[in-house]
Amino acid sequence: MATRRRRTAFALLAGLLAIPFAFTSADAQTPKKGGILKFVVPDEPPSFDGHKETTFALIHPIAPFYSTLIRVEPENPNSGKFACDVCTAVPEPTDGGKTYTFKIRTDVKFHDGSVLTAKDVLATFERIVDPPQGISSARRAHFSMVDSVTAPDDQTVVFKLKYPSGAFMPALATPYNFIYQKAKLDQDQRWYEKNVLGSGPFIFDGREAGAVIRGKRNPNYHFQGKPYLDGFEAIFAKTQTLRVQAIRGDQAAAEFRGFPPKSRDDLVNALGKDVTVQESDWNCVLILTPNQRRQPFDDVRVRRAITLAIDRWGGSRDLSKIAIVKAVGGIGFPGHPLSASKEELEKIAGYWPDLKKSQEEAKRLLKEAGHPNLKFTLQNRGVDQPYTIVGTWLIDQWKQVGITVDQKVDGTGPFYAALDNGAFDVALEFNCQSMVNPLVDVSKFLGDSGDNYGGFKDPEANKLFDSMNRTGDVAEQRSIMRAYERRVLDEQASASITLWWYRIIPHRTYMKGWTVTPSHYLNQDLSQVWLDK
Amino acid sequence: MAILSESAPQTARRSTVLSSIWQFCRQNPLGAAGAVVVFVMGFMAIFADFVTWNDPTRNNFGVMLEPPSADYWLGTDQYGRDLYSRIVYGARTALMVGFVSAFVGATIGLILGVASAYFGGRFDLIFQRVMDVLMAFPLVILALAVVSIFGTGVENVILAITIPFIPRCARVVRSSALAVRETPYIDAARACGFSHTRIVLRHMVPNVMAPYLIMMTAAVGQAILIEASLSFLGLGVQEPVPAWGLMLRGGAQEYAESAPWVAIFPGIAISLAVFGFNLFGDALRDWLDPKLKS
Amino acid sequence: MLGYIVKRVLLMIPTLLGAAILVFLLMRLIPGDICMLRMASGGGSVDPTVLRNCRAEIGTDQPMLAQFWVFIKGLAVLDFGQSMWTGRPIIDEIGLRFQLSLQVAIMATLTAIALAIPLGTISAVKQNSWIDYVVRTFSIAGVAMPSFWLGILIILGILITSKAWFGTPWMPPIRYVPLWVDPLYNLSMLIWPALATGYRYSAVATRMTRSAMLEVLREDYVRTARAKGVFRKLIVRRHALRNALLPVITIIGIEFAFLMGGLVVTEQVFNLNGLGKLFVESITNYDYNMTQALVMLVVGIFALTNLVVDILYAWLDPRIRYNR
Repeated sequence: MATRRRRTAFALLAGLLAIPFAFTSADAQTPKKGGILKFVVPDEPPSFDGHKETTFALIHPIAPFYSTLIRVEPENPNSGKFACDVCTAVPEPTDGGKTYTFKIRTDVKFHDGSVLTAKDVLATFERIVDPPQGISSARRAHFSMVDSVTAPDDQTVVFKLKYPSGAFMPALATPYNFIYQKAKLDQDQRWYEKNVLGSGPFIFDGREAGAVIRGKRNPNYHFQGKPYLDGFEAIFAKTQTLRVQAIRGDQAAAEFRGFPPKSRDDLVNALGKDVTVQESDWNCVLILTPNQRRQPFDDVRVRRAITLAIDRWGGSRDLSKIAIVKAVGGIGFPGHPLSASKEELEKIAGYWPDLKKSQEEAKRLLKEAGHPNLKFTLQNRGVDQPYTIVGTWLIDQWKQVGITVDQKVDGTGPFYAALDNGAFDVALEFNCQSMVNPLVDVSKFLGDSGDNYGGFKDPEANKLFDSMNRTGDVAEQRSIMRAYERRVLDEQASASITLWWYRIIPHRTYMKGWTVTPSHYLNQDLSQVWLDK
Repeated sequence: MAILSESAPQTARRSTVLSSIWQFCRQNPLGAAGAVVVFVMGFMAIFADFVTWNDPTRNNFGVMLEPPSADYWLGTDQYGRDLYSRIVYGARTALMVGFVSAFVGATIGLILGVASAYFGGRFDLIFQRVMDVLMAFPLVILALAVVSIFGTGVENVILAITIPFIPRCARVVRSSALAVRETPYIDAARACGFSHTRIVLRHMVPNVMAPYLIMMTAAVGQAILIEASLSFLGLGVQEPVPAWGLMLRGGAQEYAESAPWVAIFPGIAISLAVFGFNLFGDALRDWLDPKLKS
Repeated sequence: MLGYIVKRVLLMIPTLLGAAILVFLLMRLIPGDICMLRMASGGGSVDPTVLRNCRAEIGTDQPMLAQFWVFIKGLAVLDFGQSMWTGRPIIDEIGLRFQLSLQVAIMATLTAIALAIPLGTISAVKQNSWIDYVVRTFSIAGVAMPSFWLGILIILGILITSKAWFGTPWMPPIRYVPLWVDPLYNLSMLIWPALATGYRYSAVATRMTRSAMLEVLREDYVRTARAKGVFRKLIVRRHALRNALLPVITIIGIEFAFLMGGLVVTEQVFNLNGLGKLFVESITNYDYNMTQALVMLVVGIFALTNLVVDILYAWLDPRIRYNR
């Protein structure tokens, strides 16, 4: 019953996500075969091991080499439904939602010609869920509900859960869960860091350090007739301007992270109908976290003033012209059935429609707390889009209520070091998930969650979160979610949401069959993509 | 009468000052041009509050990316901030970073260089090796490491630029100081039993002021350039502080085509400033270095 | 002479060792570590056991002295081990980038020489004329313009002119192909950064040529030649320039050493996958092994260049051998 309801939620989500801008071309034409797709990627992945790494820079060049157990529907990635990759059918859970039995296809082959069996799937998930000594599995915590994984025969994999969980299937479908070959893993658990052997639509065809990763068509791919492309080249280009110009000069057909609005406009102006733009709300959000271990951020009045000073509605209008952010939202992905409506948002501090009133209240609170001329340092991450741009905008917002802020921008490493050590006043950080699943995603706002850097305890919020995840009733989930949201954003102001990201993908029109999703991690195996040339 | 007799020499003195300036300009037109640039820049930096009318950090998205106009002489950037104000205030950042790091770097270099030359022997040898190490380190890389350790922001940028300057200045000063050390009056001072500190400070340092001043002026220009480079890489001064290199980062490239003023004016400001300091430094060298004076 | 060379080579050892200690310490002073960066940068929580495993894997959990010993031992046999970031041998990672950086450095040096020697000479011969002023302004402008700005302007210029001329915007390739594989493609990519860097670096060389020429032109034998009525052009070409070249070559040599690892900003602007970019990435990625190897490489090149220059000088001017 619970699952059914959750399914309904996902279906609802699908309707809401039907992106108005998206130009879906796949249905009208028959795909053509052949051609090499060139695309640009901002960074080179450190290693090739998807189980170990967390960066999207791994997904874009490496995901096409691998199959996963399940994935989002490739033809319709925004449906919120899952489809099989190497399994035969997406199973219904049995045993009260605690047992999932997957049947593995018999016609899936690794690129070395050997047949992929349940043993390989088992070895893969053993490595992800409970890695051997000395192996790091980045998403191990996502599988905390898993009790055991077994493969009773070559065509069957069974997952037994400790308790029914709506987070299990999304965790399985995470695109990093590449299926590795058991033989290779038995030989060397770290073999996959430097080598590629998958069963995906493309076969690894070489790497030039720091420059490019190449793939060629897998003629024995288990989905008949796919992939359409003869191969691909992922070209690494750190500078954003260069990536834009690469598309303009036709050195690349696309970049799959997202460009700022201005670059989109320039490309459209320069290339006209040769460029197609797909856009979507992005399941990533910038969050302000005050460090409650430090004064005066332990004072709720100060925290509330910090969030009240921000004009989110105006910011959405203005910043969406220069940065990859757009939607005003609460703690859940905007537009999701469990997320707040505009009316609901407007009742939360910092979202009031009357900006003047909000700013006055901020000043009043600061005065009352004894900090009329509050000064602090905003800890930010050294990435322009959207971190430093939003940070710069925030500083101007705060200035209007008399708060003086300077910005400390660090590279990703020192940035997380500061967060982890609690060496900051207020940090601008982010929450970015591949699967849209607010029930799980909002755990970020719990004081004792591993990725919350605010340094506080809020048992009340924990209680709300737990009861929300225990009930299977969508309506009840929704109303608890509102209370939780109010608790986090308004009453405690232990975190404030700034703006949700907005994903803009301008690509060469000849690239067909690719559909934008709310995550730059999803649906990147390129098996659907073809070139109309 | 008294008034006349008093004012006459004054006029004369003024005319000598004027005429010597005139002389300098005629002999050294490039140096004079440099001096003018340096002077204008200093003026802008000091009186930034009086020569601008828009807040350099105030966002105003209603006028984002406006071309140059009567209100916004050099146009506006993507946040709708006045580029003219930002460039004028940017001069303040540039000069502060430039002067402080050049002064501190050159002065530490002066002391170390003179001391090394004066004491000689093992001290000098070890000191030279340390300088070798620092000199061999690429400048930008050293600055990058320092910023990574201490974080970004104006003070740390100054630190990052100062450290690599020290050995360069120490080198030059040391070679001049070696010559001074061989002169008879240093021996005489020693014979008189003066303390090392006194000899170094009173007798050696004044005699190596020329290379010190030359190094320092040259360093200001370089420091401005390194600051701009670091800020451009995102490792220097941070938004919303107005700084030229920062103004060329990200946004400027993104908007270079549709709003060229965003990319062009800060670049001109950096180039002009460095240009001015280099010309000025050259002229100073010609003036201070007797060998080249002819 | 041999004694002098041996002494100079021995003097390189403390420099290299000092650089090794410095880079070792600097890298470890940067707050944060490679494992935290790896695990946290995608967002989401970091499992402490995952961090511990990762550190043990790379060896950063070892005591500092042990780590330093491994580094020095490797240094002695020129084995820098593996990149901590990619897990691949450092030699493989540097290989392609070294090739690119070397080519850009050579092309930039050629550009610089082609600009500096004629300009410096003419500037000296026509000292204090308007030609001199124009040349000096041009060369000082080269050092004054930030290289990244020049880069932005060049790319913008190419895009705009190519659109105006051919209707479609053209931009230089963003992927490196070795010269011998596709010379045209290779050059169409590297010519721009080489020009930008070469111009900048010609400025110093031009000034050096000018002042060296000025000094030589004042020498007695030049005056004699002039008095004897030898043509001015001949004097400049045969007598003066040849003698003025030595200091210029020195400057060019030293700058060349810096070009190998110091093109951090230019490489960023033109998306060159060279040593400068690798340098920045390895520092920001906490790739200790890689940064150490790169620093030793650049310092080594620098020390060698200096050595060659010194030996050249000592060979030409025997007094130096004894003075030092």
